Amino acid sequence: MLIQVFLIAATLGLVVVLLQRRGTARTRAWKRLIMVALAGAAVVSILYPDLTTRVANFVGVGRGTDLLLYLLVAVFLYVVVGFYLKFRDVERQLTVLARRLAIDEATQRQLGIRVAAAPRASADD
Amino acid sequence: MSITQSDVCVVIPVYNEAAVVGDVVRELRQTYPLVVCVDDGSGDGSSQAVLDAGALLVRHPINLGQGAALRTGIEYAMTLPQVRWFVTFDADGQHDIVAIEPMVELLRTAQAQIVFGSRFLDRRSEIGGAKRAVLRAAIWYTRSSTGLALTDTHNGMRVFDREVAEALDLQMNGMAHASEVLSIVARRKFRYAELPVHIRYTTYSKSKGQPLINGVNILFDLLLK
Repeated sequence: MLIQVFLIAATLGLVVVLLQRRGTARTRAWKRLIMVALAGAAVVSILYPDLTTRVANFVGVGRGTDLLLYLLVAVFLYVVVGFYLKFRDVERQLTVLARRLAIDEATQRQLGIRVAAAPRASADD
Repeated sequence: MSITQSDVCVVIPVYNEAAVVGDVVRELRQTYPLVVCVDDGSGDGSSQAVLDAGALLVRHPINLGQGAALRTGIEYAMTLPQVRWFVTFDADGQHDIVAIEPMVELLRTAQAQIVFGSRFLDRRSEIGGAKRAVLRAAIWYTRSSTGLALTDTHNGMRVFDREVAEALDLQMNGMAHASEVLSIVARRKFRYAELPVHIRYTTYSKSKGQPLINGVNILFDLLLK
C-alpha cells in the first residue's frame, strides 16, 4: 500500500533529523514551506470534505479520518523530537551560563569580595 | 605527610551530601590542602558544610547533574595556577584517600596522563551480583566502543594532568559523563593507566548510589548524543 511507503518514509525521516541537523536557515525555510502547504491542504479539505477520503483511498486507507490520524501521529513524532532537540540545546546553554555564574562567584569569594547571595535552589526535584 | 601536595587539586561533585561531605573534605585536606567542592544546587546545607571543612566552594545556582558539576569543578581548578594534577573524587566517602597518592605518582613520573581507579583490579571491594553484572556490561560496551582496555569504566575516581583537564569538555550533564570521559581519552589518545581503588559500600553510599535501572538512562543518553 502507498500509505505504508509514506509512513515508513516519515519514520526514517525522523531518524535522519535526529542524526544530522545542521544548516538551520535552510531547515527553517523548509519548515515554513511545509507549514504553508499544510494550511493550504487544510483549507481545501474543509471546503471539499470528500477529498480526504478520495486521497485516502488512493494511498490505500479506507477513510479520510483514518488518513488524518496516521498523518497526525507522524507529525506529532516530528514535533516531539523537535522539542526534545531544542530543549537539549537550551539545557546546554543553561549549563554554560550557570557554570559561568558559579565560577565567577567562587573566584570573587576567594578574592574576598562580598557578593549577593545566590537565590536558593529549590529542593523539590 | 612531609611533602606538600599543593599542586594537587581534588574536585568533588556534591549534591545533598551535607551529612558526610564535611568529614570527607577534612580527611582529604590532611594530605591535599586544595579541595574544590561543586555544590550542584543542594537544598540541605551542603555548601556550608563544605566551607566549614575548608574546601573551596563553587555553587551551581540550579541542579545540573553530576557531569556538569565535574566540568565546573575542573574548570575552576584550572584557574588556580599552582595546580598540576586534578583528582575527581566522590562526596559520599566511599573512596579511599590513600589510593590517590600512587595515582598521582604515575603522573609525576610521566607514566600516564590520566589514571583511572578500578574496583576490579583486586578483590577488596565487595560488589553485589546484580551491580557487578551491570558494571560488567558497561565495561564490555566501553571496550567495544572506545577500545580502551580498562577493568572498571564507571569509577568516580580519576587523576589527570592539565592537558586532559582541558580536553574533558563534558557535554553530558547527567551520569553518562563516565563514558564520555573514556571516549575523549580514546579519541585524543591520552596515555592512560589504571590502579586499584578500594570502594567502601557503606549503608549511606548505597542509599545515595545509582539505582541500577539508571543504567538504561545512561545508555539512551549516549545513543541520542
